[in-house]
Amino acid sequence: MSGHHALMSITEVALLAEQKIAVIQLDGTKRITTAVFAAVLGVFFIYTAAFSQSMTLHNAAHDTRHAIATPCH
Amino acid sequence: MLIRVLLAAVLAGVAAGVFATAAQSVRVTPLILQAETYENGGGHDHHAGGHDHGTTAGTEVAETDEGGAWAPADGWERTFFTLMANIVVGAGFALVITAVILVTGRTVTLTSGLAWGLAGFIVFVLAPGLGLPPELPGTAAADLTARQTWWLATVLATGAGLGILAFRRQALWIVAALALIAAPHLYGAPQPAEHEALVPANLAVEFAIASIATGFVYWLFLGGLLGFVLDRVMRSEAAHLEAAA
Repeated sequence: MSGHHALMSITEVALLAEQKIAVIQLDGTKRITTAVFAAVLGVFFIYTAAFSQSMTLHNAAHDTRHAIATPCH
Repeated sequence: MLIRVLLAAVLAGVAAGVFATAAQSVRVTPLILQAETYENGGGHDHHAGGHDHGTTAGTEVAETDEGGAWAPADGWERTFFTLMANIVVGAGFALVITAVILVTGRTVTLTSGLAWGLAGFIVFVLAPGLGLPPELPGTAAADLTARQTWWLATVLATGAGLGILAFRRQALWIVAALALIAAPHLYGAPQPAEHEALVPANLAVEFAIASIATGFVYWLFLGGLLGFVLDRVMRSEAAHLEAAA
């Protein structure tokens, strides 16, 4: 009987977990805001290390640029 | 959500950058160093200073340090800056992939993260590499801005095409996706007026293969790790919301 109870509660936990994930997914505004921040920051990082034509940045990141085959020189 | 997700992505990217530096040290970096001995006519210190290569219209023979700008000294200093650059690029890739995952609104796990990594490899390595193969220092190439523009356009078109293929099933969408993926290659990557290289061809081939293979392992690592950390952050966010409710 107690085993049955434990099983029920595990199922309930699983259901709750799914609901929580659904809550996150439904939270559209927050999700898109985070996506925009991530995209802007990410593009800035990639640009700085792999694309900036500043000679100093180019020389510092030279081997990385060749290794990941972003246009170099 | 914002800060924790961004931090998780940056963390995965930093780890991927460290991983990349180790992975590149197997074949990729030694080949770059070897190529520089040809580029500098053999024996010169690579970072000794500016040197003039002949440039013809539309063609630049690649060189490392131009205009006498600062460059890290060979050895640990150079390795350190490569590590830093790999970390910054890794964080950048992880953040961009995270942004796309968030836009799709899908949950992600280690396993689905591997699929995202595979997509990243196709978008950022394979597709641009078809037109602009990984090149060693000392290889002739077309104008830098033209190549960067083509690279970016190819990444955007391939990414959009793959996204459509993954999430749309109608025939018209699929045709549009395939057209997007093919377009940059039909247009053609910028090529130098003359293909000249200071490095032997076999070295160039070895480098291209080593670079693509390393890129494959790197993207699987980045994608899997990113999936794992985002999964954990999303779960704990959900638990937090539940507790607050």
